[in-house]
Amino acid sequence: MKIKRRDFLKGAAGCGVLAAVGQPAFAEAKKKERLPGALGFLYDSTLCIGCQACMVGCKKANEMPVESSDLLPIWENPRDLSAKTLNIIKKFESGTGTNKDQEIDGFAYIKRQCMHCVDPGCVSACPVSAMRKDPDTGVVTYNKDACIGCRYCQVACPFNIPKFQWDSAFPQIVKCQLCSHLMPKGEIAACCSSCPTGASLYGPTTELLAEAKRRSQMDPGKYYDFPVSSIDSGKTFSQKAASYVPHIYGENEVGGTQVIMLAGVPFSKLGLPELPEKSYAATAENIQHTLYKGMIAPIVLLAGLFYFVNRSQKDKD
Amino acid sequence: MSEAKPVGGKVFTGAFLFFLVITLIGIYFLSKRFIFGIGAVSNMNDGFPWGIWITYDVVVGTAFACGGYSMALLVYVFNNGEYHPLVRPALLASMFGYTLAGVSVFIDIGRYWQIYNVFLPWFTNFNSILLEVALCIALYIAVLWIEFSPALLEARTGTRSKVNKIMIFFIALGILLPTMHQSSLGSVMILAGSKLSQLWWTPLLPLIFLISAITMGYTVVIFESTISAIGFKRPLETDILAKLSLVIPILLVVLLAIRFGDLLVRGQFGLAFRGDLQGNMFLLENILHILPLIILSSATNRKNAKMLFLAACFLMLGGLLFRFNTYLIGFDPGEGWHYFPAIGEQFITYAIISAEILLYMIFVRKLPVLPEHGQAKA
Amino acid sequence: MRCRESDFEKISDGVSRRDFLKVCTATAVYMGLPASLGPKIAKAATAAKKRPPVIWLSAQECTGCVETLLRTTHPTLEHLILDLISLDYSETLNTGAGHQAEEYRAKSIEENKGKFILVADGSIPVKDGGIYCKIAGKPVLEILKETAPKAAAVISLGSCASWGGVPSAEPNPTGATPVYKILEGTGIPVINIPGCPPNGYNFLSTVLYYVTFAKLPELDDKLRPKFAYGRLIHENCERRAHFDAGRFAEQFGDEGHLKGYCLYKLGCKGPETYNNCSTLGFNDLGTWPVNTGHPCFGCSEEGVGFNVPLHTPAEVKNVTPNAVQTPVSVDHGGGMSTGAVALAAGVAGAVIGAGTVAVKKVGEEEKKQD
Repeated sequence: MKIKRRDFLKGAAGCGVLAAVGQPAFAEAKKKERLPGALGFLYDSTLCIGCQACMVGCKKANEMPVESSDLLPIWENPRDLSAKTLNIIKKFESGTGTNKDQEIDGFAYIKRQCMHCVDPGCVSACPVSAMRKDPDTGVVTYNKDACIGCRYCQVACPFNIPKFQWDSAFPQIVKCQLCSHLMPKGEIAACCSSCPTGASLYGPTTELLAEAKRRSQMDPGKYYDFPVSSIDSGKTFSQKAASYVPHIYGENEVGGTQVIMLAGVPFSKLGLPELPEKSYAATAENIQHTLYKGMIAPIVLLAGLFYFVNRSQKDKD
Repeated sequence: MSEAKPVGGKVFTGAFLFFLVITLIGIYFLSKRFIFGIGAVSNMNDGFPWGIWITYDVVVGTAFACGGYSMALLVYVFNNGEYHPLVRPALLASMFGYTLAGVSVFIDIGRYWQIYNVFLPWFTNFNSILLEVALCIALYIAVLWIEFSPALLEARTGTRSKVNKIMIFFIALGILLPTMHQSSLGSVMILAGSKLSQLWWTPLLPLIFLISAITMGYTVVIFESTISAIGFKRPLETDILAKLSLVIPILLVVLLAIRFGDLLVRGQFGLAFRGDLQGNMFLLENILHILPLIILSSATNRKNAKMLFLAACFLMLGGLLFRFNTYLIGFDPGEGWHYFPAIGEQFITYAIISAEILLYMIFVRKLPVLPEHGQAKA
Repeated sequence: MRCRESDFEKISDGVSRRDFLKVCTATAVYMGLPASLGPKIAKAATAAKKRPPVIWLSAQECTGCVETLLRTTHPTLEHLILDLISLDYSETLNTGAGHQAEEYRAKSIEENKGKFILVADGSIPVKDGGIYCKIAGKPVLEILKETAPKAAAVISLGSCASWGGVPSAEPNPTGATPVYKILEGTGIPVINIPGCPPNGYNFLSTVLYYVTFAKLPELDDKLRPKFAYGRLIHENCERRAHFDAGRFAEQFGDEGHLKGYCLYKLGCKGPETYNNCSTLGFNDLGTWPVNTGHPCFGCSEEGVGFNVPLHTPAEVKNVTPNAVQTPVSVDHGGGMSTGAVALAAGVAGAVIGAGTVAVKKVGEEEKKQD
């Protein structure tokens, strides 16, 4: 090696700058809090009767095409969320599958759609702000005019919610936007307005959280009033309280979600992932913001590099 | 200082025609993709929204194209003029690698006609890691063409252009940009969170990706120099490559130390030995890193063209596998989701590789890229 | 304003006020109007100095439409035509015949210009100048064109008049054309009441609506009154639960058929036919094909009845989920196909092979250069 000691040291110093830039620092950024006006809904699996009226309501409200796996489309039977289905009721079954909301020999329903995270991975991921979190309602919306179709939102979503139109030459991302197009008309999300039992209950997330906590305190088997459609609808429905698992899904998952869920069987059985309290978006953004804060580090690095390259050219001449 | 000269010779060789045919098959599938949508040629799905196009064409492709970056780092930052003859061919390979990665992005993204939105300030999302990657890669492609432009100019005028201050700026930029986006290509997968196996998910991903990319750069220079020597019947550049190859084991030790240290600290090492696909791929990936480390630690091996080349091959496979593991094999979106690249999808990737080889063949024969005979053996 | 018992004195023979109010209330309910409108309808039907005159023209038809009306009991036909409306001309029901009837028709049309309701049943042949259906030596096409402009509104009764029906089925030898198409561009209001036969009450309700409110009921894009044709038969079908649960009769007389399962697989056209058969029924018994075990034929739906073979499965409109939910985790495919794996393996093999060859070559080259 003909590298002179002096040059090597200088180069090593340069490398130090690189390393400093490359070294992620774990300065804890402030955790994103729930917006005061955050809207969402509470899905109570124990109240769900599996009628799928919410799926019909959702399709109508969002003008989504029929999705059928049959040769003749006689039924709407999507197998999962897709670019044609924003909302789906799924069923967990075990053993004889006869007892509602029981883990053994039982069954339970689960509704899947966008969870409207407090700190959404898709919003953090999107390079062109096509995914946005509404500053007032916290609803995560999609803008096709911005979207470039990179599908990073799909990679970044822990719930696999954004769906892509794979069979279109001019595809879009499709996801539940909490019927935000109905809000100006004073209407609530179609899945909640069409739910006959109040299993999907629309409202401000803070109130829904309080309602969820109320429910988890209930004595199983006793009759209680459960609000229907939206938490402030005034309509209630008297029902025997089920035995809930002591977990409000979405209270803390990936920094919290605006859609929260209650169930009688563990959420892992219902296909919901076990997630940490810190959002991955926060982790990634911490690293990225530390590295690129004000673009200071890259500019310093560029200046250093300019010096080195210039020197090397001088040495050559 | 050795002068670069066109290699000359016939362009339409057997190898050229072979790669041309593959490129044409790829173009057939490509037209299908643009007419009927991505689903018509690809097995990508809502669980695996990124397939081999992103993983190979962009992530691996740009890592393999780090030759220019790594050499510039050595020549300009560590001020080692003696490696200068290796810069231009490395730069050419980088230029093609990155340009074709850019083209692949066009193929892969769904709404390609809106790609300029990335540059529109009212759409930019400064929290997005992918935005940084996109802007850096776009800029770097431009920088690479500017950096390579003297070769194009010389081919026309026959005189060697002098490096001026503007060029120095671009060279500096050409080192900064890959530093930024190669590390960010690692950060990208941090957002995948729980969907990425703990064997690969670490906040240190950007650092690991950066070191790996630099290592790949040197490896690719060795690989390409050796292949060019055999392919174009030129003398081997073993002497200079032997010296260059000393960098690799040093980088590998750092890389593996961070990699294993991180796994131990997070207590996830056990995952490697569960005997499942992810664990086995992790082991294979690291074997492909450790083997070249062992080979290149010996000075005798470094001076042996065959061992040097073998180590380069292992390490390229290792780097490739590391990226496949992070982007595909370690990625598990949940029960029921599967992905294996479809035939059409594969052919598009093969066509991109073929196109890259074709362009390299034409450029090297027609433009002053490779160092002149004899002098390279200095 | 309530009607008094004396109003009913005008009505001959045996309709009590109570009976008549019942009829009118039932009519209101069929049309989805509040039952309280019954008296208003009764009043309108009786208060008119003159009963609304109706001219009934028959073209290429089978008399089924008249027959279905004959079977209505509230009111009975005689009350309808003698008390509620003034049926001035109907080839089937006329007492007179020949020149006498034709003269009376001409007289009534002139007298009631702009006030009478023209009911047409049967399609109008237009081929060869309409010679395939003549009344009193005159093509019905001409009669319609002469009569319609003088009518207040035209009711096309039955599928033939509404969209062509049987006579218009391929190859349509007479050029059978629906009434609204003949009158297109004339501005004459046309109401279609398709069906083969249509439900008599749908006709009756339409007439009484017109009499009461002096306007046509709300129509859909095919000119059908929405109160009767606003929903698919499928939506209110008594066998719907079986459809949702996937319980089907596979053939006539099989176990499923005996158990009253859904007739979809026997070719029931309920899922694509807009009509109220499943809620109203026929013949005052609430009977209709599906509750006798026969699939709906789609008789009232253009392009379905007489066009699609009887046992061909229907195209389901307004597709809704069935009663089976998808499991929590499903397989999504996108997996390995033999070809794709073979290709990838081949390429990987070729790369490793080429690498091995290259390593060897490097060794040889090295020796040579040394």
